[in-house]
This record gives sequence, structure tokens and C-alpha cells, in this order.
Amino acid sequence: MTFDFSAVLTSWQMLADGAALTAKLASITTITGFLIGTLFAIARRSGGRVLRGCASAYIETVRNTPFLVQIFVIYFGLSSLGFSFSAITVAVIALTFNVGAYTAEIMRAGFDSIQRGQWEAGECLGLSPVQLYWHVGLRPAMERVYPALTSQFILLMLASSVTSQISAEELTAAGNFIQSETYRPFETYIIVALIYLALSIVMRGAFWGLGMALFPRRRRLGTPL
Amino acid sequence: MNTLLNINHLLFLLEGTWWTVVLTAVAFIGGGVGGLAIALARIAPADWMRLISGLYVQLIQGTPLLVIMFLGYFGLPALGYNVTPLTAAGASLTIYVSAYLGEIWRGCLEAVPKAQWEAAECLALSKTQRMFKVIMPQAIRLATPPTVGFSVQIVKNTSLASVVGFVELARAGQLINNSIFEPFLIYVIVAVIYFCLCFPLSVFSQRLEKTMARYGARTADAA
Repeated sequence: MTFDFSAVLTSWQMLADGAALTAKLASITTITGFLIGTLFAIARRSGGRVLRGCASAYIETVRNTPFLVQIFVIYFGLSSLGFSFSAITVAVIALTFNVGAYTAEIMRAGFDSIQRGQWEAGECLGLSPVQLYWHVGLRPAMERVYPALTSQFILLMLASSVTSQISAEELTAAGNFIQSETYRPFETYIIVALIYLALSIVMRGAFWGLGMALFPRRRRLGTPL
Repeated sequence: MNTLLNINHLLFLLEGTWWTVVLTAVAFIGGGVGGLAIALARIAPADWMRLISGLYVQLIQGTPLLVIMFLGYFGLPALGYNVTPLTAAGASLTIYVSAYLGEIWRGCLEAVPKAQWEAAECLALSKTQRMFKVIMPQAIRLATPPTVGFSVQIVKNTSLASVVGFVELARAGQLINNSIFEPFLIYVIVAVIYFCLCFPLSVFSQRLEKTMARYGARTADAA
């Protein structure tokens, strides 16, 4: 058995494009997913009965079905409603929808971990509920759950590989194409796996730096992330 | 002319559900054995064992399961092994699950208080006795809620076995869709079946967590 990586590496341009799209998908949906997740965490904690019910239904549905099936439902659901989006748009929507639910649960735990006295003190200062979340809740909550959040976003980047199934041309799709051209599946997927590994290491480093910038206390104590 | 969704399609989906359950069991047993080995190696005294198991975990946790599936299915034949979709999917999931369960269980082993390790040593128990008679029985109790929680991930992740042609629930849905072209309806049904498999497990895991939290609070009060 001989390995021939050169056949695969001649298609490096395709792999690079795929990796770039994977990175783009991951960074866009990290931001959109965080926003949606935080909003749903707040809805589940502080909304009225209806809003709380809707938020719980969304979170439990997403957390108890596979992403592969979610992406098919969204892809075919949108098209049967008459929308025609590109595969990449659907991928962004589905990834946001998916990671939003996980982020909501993580952020809810973060908000719950803040001492009651903090919220009460904010209330006594006459802050509105929105101001309370913005000035009192958000940053300490994020700080407490930061490690869980970052692992979730790295899992999100890895999950974006599933969007190859609706033919978004990201890294795994590039690998699929190259292996069907070169008949070198083992070498192709080893290289694809290594690129994913590199991306996840880069992401972890970026989140570490971001954590240092966002949370001065963590920087002073030097707590490992 | 499209045929309508009929009882045979639903029976086919149920058969797919059965294979999802089988694959979950294979992944859980295989991943459990592998995960135990990883967890023990991660806290072993020997440097090389900690290094290798740590690298393994980093490697697997930095790679998507989909790519591991492709490596198992297309890669093993390229290396000269002939694999059926069930073997490829089972092996890939075992590799994947053992990295995650290994990390969860390592945390649980390390969460057993240091004094327990020392007390066992003072009683002149051997290292094996200490691990199996003192540490593990306590770690298993800590490990139950997160392990049940992770089994939900396993059920969901078996859906990726569809890409290598293993006919489990998601693949059964795709096959039916190829014949009746009602993708939205079918995938919603498939999603509902997955939900029925996963939701009881999620609730069970949350309930275990709550019981543990209450029990933990009580013992902390007593101490």
C-alpha cells in the first residue's frame, strides 16, 4: 500500500477555498448564534408564559434532533414555502438556528449563576430589564460560561461539515469532490481532517485572546481558559 | 405521478429507527470501552500514556465526525480492509465517542476527592484495588448524568452514518424521499422520531443531575 498525497495536494486551491468558506461560515454563525442564543436565554428566563414556552420548545427541539435532519427540514421547508436561497444562505440559517439553542442553554446557566444581590442592586438603581441584562448580567455571565461557549463554537465549526450534504462548497465538500476525481479517499480525508484540526486550534487561540481582552479579571488572575 | 406516503413507508422508517438504536448501542459499548481506556490513560502516572491519550483526544475533538466517517468508509478499503457500512459506521463512532466519553470520565475520576486516594493508599490497597474498589464506584455516580446526557449526542450523531450508506433513520428518510418526493413532510417525521428517542434521555439526564445536586448539597451540609 502506497500513499500518494501529491495527487491531492495539486488541488490545494480547492481545499484552500473550502477552508476559507468553512472559516467564514463558522465566524458568521458564531456571532449570529451568540446573539440569538442570548436573546432566547433572556426570553426563557424573563419572558411571559407564552414567550417562555416558545423559547423552551425551540431549545428542546433543536437539542433533541440531529443537525443533519434539521438542515434538510430547513432546506426543503424554505423551498416549499417558495423561498429560493443559495446553499450557503441555508447553511448559515441552519447553523445559526442550531447553535442558538445550545448557546441559549449555556447563557441561561451563566445568567443563573449571577448572585441575586447583583440583580436586586441593579433594580434598586432603577435600571430597566434591558439595562439590567446589558449592564449587570451580560459580561459576568459570559465570563463564567466562557469555556463552555468556546467549546460550543468549535463544535459549531466542525458541524459546518454537515452542510456539505446540501452542497455548500465548504471544506468537506471540497474533499468529497477531490476524492472522486483522484480516487485517493484516504489521503484526501486525512488532509481535510488536518485542516479542520488546524482551524480548531486557530479558533481556540483566537477565543483565548478574545477572552483575555474581554475579561480583565481573568487576565490578572491568569486563570487558564 | 407521485405515490403518497403510506403505511409501508412508515414501517420502513421504523426499521431505520431500529438500526439507529443498534448503531447507538454499538457506539456506546465500543466508545465506553475505548473511553474507559482513554480516561485511565489520561490520569496514568506514565508520561507517555498521558501524552498519547491527550493527543488522541485533541485530534478527534478537532475533527468533524463526518470526516471520520468518510475516513472509515473510504479509507479502510484503501488500506486493504473490506468494510460493510455497519462496520465502518460503528468503528468511526467508536473512535469518536471514546474521545468524548474519555474526557467526561477523566473529569469524574479527578473529581473524586484527593483524600479518598490517600485513604486507600494508607489502607495498603494496590493501585488496581484503589482504582476499582475505591475511586471508580464513586466516580461512576458522578459520571451517570453527563454520560446519559452524552448518549443523546450519540443518538443524534448516528444520523451521520447515512452518508456512508448505512440505512438508519436519516438514510431511510432519504430513500423514501427519493421515491415519493415529499422532503419536507418526511424529514419532519424523521425529526419527530429522533425527538422521541432523544427527549426522554435528555429529561432523564436532567433529573439525575438535579437529584445529584440535591444529594451533593445534603452531604455538604452534613460535613
